[in-house]
Amino acid sequence: MRRYLLNRLWQSVVTLVLATIVVFVGVRALPGDPALALAGEDRDPESLRAIRQQYGLDQSWLVQFWQFISHAARGDLGESIRTGTPVRSMIFSALPVTIELSVLAILIAGVIGVGAGVVAAVRRGGPAEWAANALALLGLSVPHFWLGLMAILYLSVALGLFPASGFVPFFTNPVDNLHHLILPALILGTGLAAVIMRQTRSSMLDALSADYIRTAEAKGLPPKAVIGKHALRNSLIVVVTIVGLQLGALISGAVVTERIFALPGFGKLTVDAVFQRDYPVIQAVVLVTATAYIVINLLVDLLYSVIDPRIRVRGEA
Amino acid sequence: MAVAEAIAPPRSNSRRVVRRVFRNPLALTGLAVLAIAVILAVFANWLAPHEPTQTNLGNAFAPPGTAGYLLGTDDLGRDVLSRIMFGLRASLHVGILAVAFSLVIGVPLGLIAGYFRTVDALISRLTDLVLAFPFLILAVGLAAIRGASLGNAAIAIGIAQIPGMIRIVRSETLRLKSLDFVAAAVVEGASDAWVLGRHILPNAGSAVIVQATVGIPAAILGEAVLSFLGLGIQPPAPSLGTMLADAQQFASKAPWAAVMPGVAIMLLTLAFNIVGDSLRDALDPKASRR
Repeated sequence: MRRYLLNRLWQSVVTLVLATIVVFVGVRALPGDPALALAGEDRDPESLRAIRQQYGLDQSWLVQFWQFISHAARGDLGESIRTGTPVRSMIFSALPVTIELSVLAILIAGVIGVGAGVVAAVRRGGPAEWAANALALLGLSVPHFWLGLMAILYLSVALGLFPASGFVPFFTNPVDNLHHLILPALILGTGLAAVIMRQTRSSMLDALSADYIRTAEAKGLPPKAVIGKHALRNSLIVVVTIVGLQLGALISGAVVTERIFALPGFGKLTVDAVFQRDYPVIQAVVLVTATAYIVINLLVDLLYSVIDPRIRVRGEA
Repeated sequence: MAVAEAIAPPRSNSRRVVRRVFRNPLALTGLAVLAIAVILAVFANWLAPHEPTQTNLGNAFAPPGTAGYLLGTDDLGRDVLSRIMFGLRASLHVGILAVAFSLVIGVPLGLIAGYFRTVDALISRLTDLVLAFPFLILAVGLAAIRGASLGNAAIAIGIAQIPGMIRIVRSETLRLKSLDFVAAAVVEGASDAWVLGRHILPNAGSAVIVQATVGIPAAILGEAVLSFLGLGIQPPAPSLGTMLADAQQFASKAPWAAVMPGVAIMLLTLAFNIVGDSLRDALDPKASRR
């Protein structure tokens, strides 16, 4: 177990270092001179040189890279070259929105996906399975941003059930906050729900034909107890696995969803930064995303081995 | 190579697979929708009732059913149906290009990673690295560096699909390598290249086909997202994603301009997913029992 953990940790560190290099080189490959962008109207060589010096742009790439990682390690991600705001505070104000949106989406997807998956497996061959399968296929095929547009058009604008855009912080007004986020989270969760449903159904079908379930039934345990006990444990593994696998899709989906519902989250920060060529912000946003991806995947793997003892044994072998 | 050939597992009989797919009414419907979409896209120049970029401000916001404009017009009076036909062409173009890209790079790397243990760790770390950049972050970066275009969107989507392709081919290679017929071929003195090309690749084929079929609809959705954000196909060239981005501005005035392109994307990806599912079931006898 310990060897497995150390190995897994080591892999994550290597990936993280490589990701940092890719981000640094990638940002330098962007066209457009940031010093020119900063200077605005004032383009005489003297002030350009001063700007380059102030932001360290006159140093060699190697020096710039060292400064970048040593500062990042201390939590200093530089300042936006557009507004002068520290990038760290921009990220800290955007991140809670995206995290809340994603957590809500995962919760909704888990409840819908596991529920539909269990029903499809238990009511095999009936209309309930057919409906669940059809919904899963639709959930995988529908463009989510379009679903978001339709929801705004018909649920928010026409019926006035939900606010069409905007955000209220949770601690300002929790009810208003949920009212603003529930529709985006539902839209973001549809694809995830479809994947979870399919996986739950297939693992339930495997389990229902397994010997120990037959034994439990033969002992005379009521079917509800058998399914309930088994489904709960098994579906937890399914949800954790799928969230790990679909994390990238979830982050991409959050960017688009935030754009449609005008949520001031991480996605908006990312897209705005690219269109404005705001080097330090792009750099930090991509770095934070990659780090988050690597760390969450590590946690998912560890959690996975805690929930499912079979993985622990395999890790030791 | 006689022993290896003699004990090789039977490959899925392609005629039987085709028969199984054709016996499934849902799969047939999916194939029919795909056929229609391909015909509309390929022959758009002749089939489209109007030029997709031709504006006619006097005829803006014409509702569906207006004479000559079956699906209505948008804010500039452009024919929605014609734009959807050309948009389908762009979608299919990006879908096929992206998957071809991931095949060309992912299949050889997957074979190498699964067959040669020495480079496995290196390729696996690189796969992890690509995965650490979610598709949209990757595409945003590429569009910023190389500019936004159909080709760059396809490359970004293709890169994002490479890890999946590598993992599938790698695990198939690992599985096949441990089977007796591959060992027999090695004993008989076959070179690595021969074993990979003659024994492993053909047997991994069905897994690759299934992965590619899943990849195309994913790439089509990816293109729509990128174009919607302004990072894909550039206006005025019609793309289903840019049509939706435009329509968002006037959606309550002309909902059809926002509804129709989305329905087109959904039908296209739905058809691909249905065909992909039934192909997977037909290729894998174990799955079809479910």
